[in-house]
Amino acid sequence: MFSNLGSLLRYRGLIQSLVARELKARYRGSVLGIVWSFVNPLLLLSIYSFVFTTIMQNNDPRTKPFAVFMFCGLLPWTWFSASLSEATSSLISGGNLIKKVLFPAEVLPIVSVLANMVHFLLGLPILAAFMIGFRHYPNVAALPWFPVVVLVQLIFTLGLALGLSALTVHFRDVRDLLANVLTLWFFATPIIYAYFMPSVGRFLAVFRLNPFYHLAVSYQEILFFDHFGHARSLLLLGALSIAVFLAGYWLFDRLRDSFAEAV
Amino acid sequence: MTSAIELDHVSKIYRRYTGRQFATLKSALLKRSILRDLQPNEAFLALKDVSFTVAKGSTVGVIGRNGSGKSTALKLVAGITKPTSGTVRVDGRISALIELGAGFHPEISGRENVFINGIMLGLSKREVEERFDDIVDFAELREFIDAPVKTYSSGMYMRLGFAVAIHVDPEVLLVDEVLAVGDEGFTHKCLDKFGEFRRRGKTVLIVTHSLALVERLCDEAVWLDAGEKRADGDPKRVVDAYLTAVEQTEKQQMAATTAKAVQAAAPAGPAGDMFQATEGRWGSREVEITSVELVGPDATPSFVFHTGDAVSINLGVRAAQPTSDFVFGIGVFNADGVCCFGTNTGIEDMTSDRLDGDATVTFAIDSLDLVEGTYKLDVAVHRGDGAPYDYHRLLYTFRVKSRTHDIGIFRPKHRWTFSSNVRFK
Repeated sequence: MFSNLGSLLRYRGLIQSLVARELKARYRGSVLGIVWSFVNPLLLLSIYSFVFTTIMQNNDPRTKPFAVFMFCGLLPWTWFSASLSEATSSLISGGNLIKKVLFPAEVLPIVSVLANMVHFLLGLPILAAFMIGFRHYPNVAALPWFPVVVLVQLIFTLGLALGLSALTVHFRDVRDLLANVLTLWFFATPIIYAYFMPSVGRFLAVFRLNPFYHLAVSYQEILFFDHFGHARSLLLLGALSIAVFLAGYWLFDRLRDSFAEAV
Repeated sequence: MTSAIELDHVSKIYRRYTGRQFATLKSALLKRSILRDLQPNEAFLALKDVSFTVAKGSTVGVIGRNGSGKSTALKLVAGITKPTSGTVRVDGRISALIELGAGFHPEISGRENVFINGIMLGLSKREVEERFDDIVDFAELREFIDAPVKTYSSGMYMRLGFAVAIHVDPEVLLVDEVLAVGDEGFTHKCLDKFGEFRRRGKTVLIVTHSLALVERLCDEAVWLDAGEKRADGDPKRVVDAYLTAVEQTEKQQMAATTAKAVQAAAPAGPAGDMFQATEGRWGSREVEITSVELVGPDATPSFVFHTGDAVSINLGVRAAQPTSDFVFGIGVFNADGVCCFGTNTGIEDMTSDRLDGDATVTFAIDSLDLVEGTYKLDVAVHRGDGAPYDYHRLLYTFRVKSRTHDIGIFRPKHRWTFSSNVRFK
């Protein structure tokens, strides 16, 4: 397993060009092209903002400006959920490669995660523009933690993506199951509401078991609130993420030989 | 001579999960059968203890029927799948022309696809850059290289895939039935490229149904049959052995067809018009044809013959009562139902005198001058006025094979002569 892990490094050229291809191919043929990368989160954001500030009348002063608050959680969530749903079908849609070419299969789910990470990173300038527009700036002292959160999320997502994509080859239902789990997961994570809201309190103990809870809260504390007090949980999650990654990779490696036949 | 590819007692079992057809994750979890379901419940032996080596610098062809394990063998050599037991050893960089253009993305341009495909096949970006012009020129796609691949015709697509794969500059090239790429000109170019590979001492392993190609191009051939190696070595010899076996199978199929037709023919079928081309058996059975056998030049019953063979049709007949009124006849029809030849003892002015008890009738053909194809046989015995005793309509099937692929039905003995100013190579 570890020799296989090591060979991942050899494939970085391949991963790099496939990520580039993914990004190029996605918007090829559309008029707006790469602009969709920016427009998509903006549209989603305006819908949620409208629902939660105008219709649901969320007036907690701590979450103002609400659009910026929500954007801080929505952006990483979009990366996470899109990565997983694309990664789970990546082995099946890339079946031709696995069956007909000597091709390192793990590259496919990894490319899904990384391509969506690029979209995530492209979303950051919009977030910055929002912050400037609303005159709400993050705490500079906490900013060095930002790459750490991103790294933890990356490792966590990669682990899940590898494990789920391998399982999907044998159980196609993982895809449909995942779509529903992701919806539940989204609402169980403080993204469109804040973790300190009174109505959340009773469930907090349960919510804390949700790994993405810690990611979302970390992002919000670093980018939106003044104080980053979540470092310990984040580092714990980091350790858990490494375990998830190793478990995901182990599962993938175990099922690897069956791909060429089962895809 | 060292070997470039070595298969040592290789077996490959494909598992079939028949029970898993409708199983879902949920039901697997509910029934706690997830581990059990991941176990195969039916195994298909695609390769059975196959060993062969390919010497460095030689070109070897793998032949065999569909489903004989040729492609599996190639995939094992390519490393795409792993052997269930045994070892596969390959020395040197492999390029596999198994599916051309696998991994092309339709939305992006040919240029970008060349780069990504090259990297997938193990080149570095710089190496692709160096070869880029050669690849594009070889594929003859200079003017389309910046168009998205989805706008390519299937020939263009294959050509580009072939060009990339062959420019990976492998030490070992694996080819799976891909020479049907593009037009005549391109095929020649591919063959030239293979020739160049051979001259430069590269190893080539080809899986193909084109026996002519194997005879012409390969130093050695391997014949796989139902997952087992039947023969390897000199291509001419292996191809001949293979062809003989194919005949053998055809023979069995013909025998089965005939047996089925004879059985299906109702014991007392409808009295039919002899020109109506439906198979069957009818007649009063006062004289009965009890057996029909086709015997080839080797004096054994067969269903497959070669053009020009001496063939006898042997009938066993039995007359319930002695009779003096009988005519024997035979007819040969081709697959389209066209009567190729028909005759009977009446037509040939033989006047019947006496038939009693069991007898044999032999219709000997000195030279079966029919072109290659499948033929059906009528045999009959009837009264002089045509009333049938026992009529077997199209019940017997036989095949005629030929090394020359001439057309029509009849192949008369012939020869060509030319005046001295006509020359052939």
